Amino acid sequence: MTRTSFADAGTSAETEASPATAPTSFGRARSRAVARQIVRKAGSALVVLWGAATVAFFAQLALPGDRATVILNIRAGQAQLRTPAELAPIRAAFGLERPLIVQYLDYLRGLITGDFGNSYQQFRPVTAIIGEQLGATIALSLTAILFAWLLMVVWVTLTAGRGPRLTAFGSLTDVVVAGLPAYWLGILLLLVFALGLRWFPVLGGSGPEGLVLPALTLAIPLAGFMSQSTRAEFERALEQPFVLTARMRGMGDWGVRISHVLRHAALPAITLSGWALGATISGAVIVESIFSRPGIGSVLVAAVNAQDLPVVTGIVTLVAVFYVVVNLLVDVVHTLVDPRLVQS
Amino acid sequence: MSTATVTEPPHLQPATDDVRLRVRGLRAAFSAAGGRREVVSGVSFDLLAGQCVAIVGESGSGKSVTARSLVGLVGRGGEVHAETLELYGRDTRRFRARDWRRLRGRHIGFVLQDALVSLDPLRPVRVEIGEALRVHGWGDRASRSRRVIELLTRVGVPLPHTRARQRPGQLSGGLRQRALIASAIALDPGIVIADEPTTALDVTVQAQVLAELESMKQRGASILLISHDLSVVAQLADHILVMQQGRVLEQGPAAVVLGSPSHDYTRALIAAVPGEHTRGRPLSPGSAPRQTERRAARGTDPVLEAAGLVKRFTGPDGSVTTAVRDVSFTLAPGETLGIVGESGSGKSTTARLVLGLERLDAGTVRLLGEPWSALPERRRRALRPRITVVYQDPLSSFDPRWTVERILLDALPREDRTSASTRRARLLELLALVDLDPELLGRFPLRLSGGQRQRVSIARALAPRPSVVVLDEAVSALDVTIQAQILDLLARLQHTTGVSYLFISHDLGVISHVSDRILVMKDGAVVEQGTPRTIFGSPQHPYTQQLIASIPEFDPASLTGAPLENPDPLPRPIDADADGRAVSSIRPRPATEVLS
Repeated sequence: MTRTSFADAGTSAETEASPATAPTSFGRARSRAVARQIVRKAGSALVVLWGAATVAFFAQLALPGDRATVILNIRAGQAQLRTPAELAPIRAAFGLERPLIVQYLDYLRGLITGDFGNSYQQFRPVTAIIGEQLGATIALSLTAILFAWLLMVVWVTLTAGRGPRLTAFGSLTDVVVAGLPAYWLGILLLLVFALGLRWFPVLGGSGPEGLVLPALTLAIPLAGFMSQSTRAEFERALEQPFVLTARMRGMGDWGVRISHVLRHAALPAITLSGWALGATISGAVIVESIFSRPGIGSVLVAAVNAQDLPVVTGIVTLVAVFYVVVNLLVDVVHTLVDPRLVQS
Repeated sequence: MSTATVTEPPHLQPATDDVRLRVRGLRAAFSAAGGRREVVSGVSFDLLAGQCVAIVGESGSGKSVTARSLVGLVGRGGEVHAETLELYGRDTRRFRARDWRRLRGRHIGFVLQDALVSLDPLRPVRVEIGEALRVHGWGDRASRSRRVIELLTRVGVPLPHTRARQRPGQLSGGLRQRALIASAIALDPGIVIADEPTTALDVTVQAQVLAELESMKQRGASILLISHDLSVVAQLADHILVMQQGRVLEQGPAAVVLGSPSHDYTRALIAAVPGEHTRGRPLSPGSAPRQTERRAARGTDPVLEAAGLVKRFTGPDGSVTTAVRDVSFTLAPGETLGIVGESGSGKSTTARLVLGLERLDAGTVRLLGEPWSALPERRRRALRPRITVVYQDPLSSFDPRWTVERILLDALPREDRTSASTRRARLLELLALVDLDPELLGRFPLRLSGGQRQRVSIARALAPRPSVVVLDEAVSALDVTIQAQILDLLARLQHTTGVSYLFISHDLGVISHVSDRILVMKDGAVVEQGTPRTIFGSPQHPYTQQLIASIPEFDPASLTGAPLENPDPLPRPIDADADGRAVSSIRPRPATEVLS
């Protein structure tokens, strides 16, 4: 888009002189830029995934103790020293006697083909274990993000740029809410809305009504967090000349806030959402245990405690995949909301 | 809630005597932490159908607040009082938010400066223009989009269907300003308020926008024009108010206010407008007259020689743009070389190449007869003090945490740093040179006025006793009276120190006032060079001709035929106008002529 600055120069004679070619060549340049961006993004996504998988693999090796002994002890449920004869079948079964680089490449090949290995503890493929729990966690995360956006948008639109007192109250609320600990908030919600008012079931349940309180537990601090950055951007956008222009056209305050300002203010929150989706998966552990919900979180905690490394590795890699995919989505949404980004 | 509707004003009628806007004793104040501050004190005027009233003033004069209080949008903490404030005969003082909303856009259109930020940058212009219709419930979706195209066509946007789908950032400056105007006149409001509609626009674009406003006026719209630029106001206004610090100092018919102003401030404002007719004389009343023999001491060897400069930039998509192509010039001692061009013409890149801040792709720069561009930066340092620069915005070129003293101290060459007393003496000498009070040494840049900042910035540039000072749009952001003082100061400094200026500006008036020779740049190339007399008198290149034709004609002496009380303005050359027409008209040329 360096071309437009040149078009500015020449009394716009240039742009006007070649009317037919301008839009098409512009369109071609744009689609080329988009294609280049996609290739670059996909490349960096692969690098991130490879990095996460590699770190997870070598973290296993870094743990103290012989791996075969660990595996055997997990299975036997008791910790003791084993003889080489006892360990030999384990070593053979997991290929531990091979050189490290071969094991690593084998591991990578497994990841590409979707084979995460078998759980030490449950004697089942890791993919099956994760697959059973994944749905519940994704439902929880997405609902939490949705709730957070609703709360944030309503709260910021109501309170941002409304005079000193209301603004101060709004941003104070943001800070306080963002700092609420999830376990405390979860128990509070449970006490009030499940035990007290009996609006929602106490124990998770699989239906949508069981999802509301756990999702809110994650969403409320997140909404406070996103509000802080959105509010700053919202108030900045309210002062922009184009907002004045909109008011000069006869647009009311609500119209200005919703149809102009919100779009500008949403950009930082969209970026945060990518981070938040990953964070809600990790944060799900606490919520799942408070509300006795199934999910990846509790599987991860159990696997870490039991040193069930294939499961841990699988979940870490999965979360990395999640982050990468979500951030690609965030980039797409970003360019939809702010089309100027395509050019730069 | 009032249910009365605004009576439909008669549109598109020839000028009659009906008063569309009547203002008496308008006052506006803001409550701030330090108490209540009045920024508009008693403004009164009438705006008739088909008339243009202009409010002229410098920054802080209250002109924009006046305009905004007419539509009830002075902003947070603002309070407006008036003895009379009538729009189409309705008293707006008791208006509720809803009454205002009905009025805005429908009966009053508002055009702000710089459409890049005054239109929502995330949306295509058709949505922005259509919003003006939608808000007032005009038509259905299909008829609205037809109307948008019709409006864009009316304001002279070529290819309206394509342009309508583009965002402001994708349009050139002129097109997007016209799109902004289209959104303001979407419902044919009887009144259009234009707040600095051409500020920050290139001169050729400015001419297009002014022509558009003129044709709106001819169609019967009443225009309230807010501007700091007298030459713009002279093009359009029938009636002028001159404001300073919230007060109207003078008002009357345009020809009277500009031709025989009664207030000293108005006279100072008019005299401060630089141009070819002001060459060789001070612009500011306090300044000593410039001596014309100042070039006597000029040597013959150039201090700066640029030969065949080329600079290319590679864009993010791999496309190569040539920002500077084959630019050559020389600068003699004590000479001022003006480089004039519109945004994107490569004039600032040329300055950076000359300063050695940008690597050349081809060509050479020699400073004081020695190699300059060919040297690596390490070996250039010895010569660095010989060439210095003053930028448009001094504030961003100062460390905000440094005092004036430290800023200037930093620029002193080694020979002036030998002892505390020589340092002090040199600092005081520098301040005296730029007419600043030594008291300011302890101040931070943020606590200086715009004019003071630019003086500090000039003092800093002069500190190492340079042979060449590059002035990159150094006066472009200043109010006209401050600009006049700085231009006078620069002239005096050149006279006393014999320094050469490379003076870069988009403002043809300033360039013609200061330059001994002029380069005209377009798209990175020098299209014409010569003395001000040849460039402005008989421009050869079509682009230069277009540029000169776009300059708003402003020659106060010609307005009434009565000579201005200001001392001996040099007569303008008879062939000053590119088209060979007399230079005495304040009427702009017809829209078609400029837009073609």
